[in-house]
Amino acid sequence: MSLLKVENLNVYYGSIHAIKDISFEVNQGEIVTLIGANGAGKSTTLNTVGGLLKPKTGSIVFNDESLVGTKAHNVVRKGLALCPEGRRVFLQLSVADNLEMGAYTRPNSEVADSIAMVYDLFPRLKERYKQVAGTLSGGEQQMLAMGRAMMSKPKLLMLDEPSMGLAPILVDQIFDIIKDLHSKGTTILLVEQNAQKALSIADRAYVLETGRIVNTGTGEALLHDDSVRKAYLGG
Amino acid sequence: MLNYLITGISLGSVYAIIALGYTMVYGIAKMLNFAHGDVIMIGGYAAFCAGAYMGWPTPCAILFSVFVCTVLGMMIEKLAYKPLRNATSLAVLITAIGVSYFLQNMALLIWTSNPKSFPNMVSFIPSINLGSVTISSTTIATIAASVIIMIALTLFTEKTKMGKAMRAVSEDKGAAQLMGINVNATISVTFAIGSGLAAIAGVLLCSAYPTLVPTTGSLPGIKAFTAAVLGGIGSIPGAMLGGILLGLLETFAKAYISTQLSDAIVFGALIVVLIVRPTGLLGKKITEKV
Repeated sequence: MSLLKVENLNVYYGSIHAIKDISFEVNQGEIVTLIGANGAGKSTTLNTVGGLLKPKTGSIVFNDESLVGTKAHNVVRKGLALCPEGRRVFLQLSVADNLEMGAYTRPNSEVADSIAMVYDLFPRLKERYKQVAGTLSGGEQQMLAMGRAMMSKPKLLMLDEPSMGLAPILVDQIFDIIKDLHSKGTTILLVEQNAQKALSIADRAYVLETGRIVNTGTGEALLHDDSVRKAYLGG
Repeated sequence: MLNYLITGISLGSVYAIIALGYTMVYGIAKMLNFAHGDVIMIGGYAAFCAGAYMGWPTPCAILFSVFVCTVLGMMIEKLAYKPLRNATSLAVLITAIGVSYFLQNMALLIWTSNPKSFPNMVSFIPSINLGSVTISSTTIATIAASVIIMIALTLFTEKTKMGKAMRAVSEDKGAAQLMGINVNATISVTFAIGSGLAAIAGVLLCSAYPTLVPTTGSLPGIKAFTAAVLGGIGSIPGAMLGGILLGLLETFAKAYISTQLSDAIVFGALIVVLIVRPTGLLGKKITEKV
């Protein structure tokens, strides 16, 4: 069954038509990825689902409930967490406080357990829990951003360019963690420029080009698709 | 000498309480609420009306004043600043100045320009005699209040969930929303706290300088803003330090140099500090790694 179903979504920035009538869905238990070049509308799509942007028309149904018109701060309460592009951790807050903010919508009594779970996933964060997030390295900040998003115990975790700006070894590590989160039961919607990596772990994928979905299929099929190989995988 | 020291610290503590309000709002909402001084004045009038006019007992009058200012602060934020959330900071600044004049003229209409003689509302605290010098009840109340408020605010922003959410909002509103934090409600609470502090500052200021007119809050407001910048705006201990330093400087300048020149000396000191340390004495040096 579909956990997230987006139909005929249109998003504008002023007069610029950024997202053109796209439809896609994410089923329970899947890893779905949106790939595409810079400016294709990947982040715009996630930000619209996350409530930061308002769609002009179209429907977003999550868990049989419409999300259109839901304020961003209420979206997370419904079980949908967005780990935004560029990490956007709170640089002046400690690692522990960042995680606590991730659990803002949950009762205080459950926070300690979730923090322990995140430290389990990211031992590095545990070592640095007292440190201010601004002093972490890029990879650590990405781990913190993902851990923070997991603090809300989301049914669907949306990751926006988690590998951006990271060294190749860290990219591998981040993708391992994504697979790990998925195997532990989190459904994942992943936006990536690193198409190779994204397609290799995805169950299904959609290719975005200037605001439209131009191709879709299983991750495996798209990895071997000629047009995708030419455009995103370097031939 | 000792007398001046005590007067300076007392005056500085008033500045500190006002500066804490400024710094709280600036630190979270990233805007300079230039109407803060006038909220203090309204707080003074509210306490005056409740205490001297209606004859309410002092604690009730102070509470009433805090209540009035809290509501007023939230209303100002909602009506004047919230519509400008995405506007340039200059637009917000000018609006704040507009709100400041609005409040002064509203007070002029309601209470006229005739000075009201404010009763000392903290005289229930005994004064202390130290040989040749006496520490008045107002001084004791002011110093105690400023220290308590500083500690309470520090604990609130460092330790409580709401306080941490405020810091999160100050840094990145979008990311804060993604955490489920209601940004508008958080900023509203910030204004409520800042304005509640203004009421306390109003009562203490008017207890020390009992002439209450519609412009009572203006100069202390500007001085306290200076104190907040001196200490590092956005920093809670900075506001306290800046306030006390400014009070001492002003008092000693008046005593030993010249009464007329005291303000010039105070603002001159600010300029020197800002040249040497642009972020103020305790201003945050933001450590970021991108």
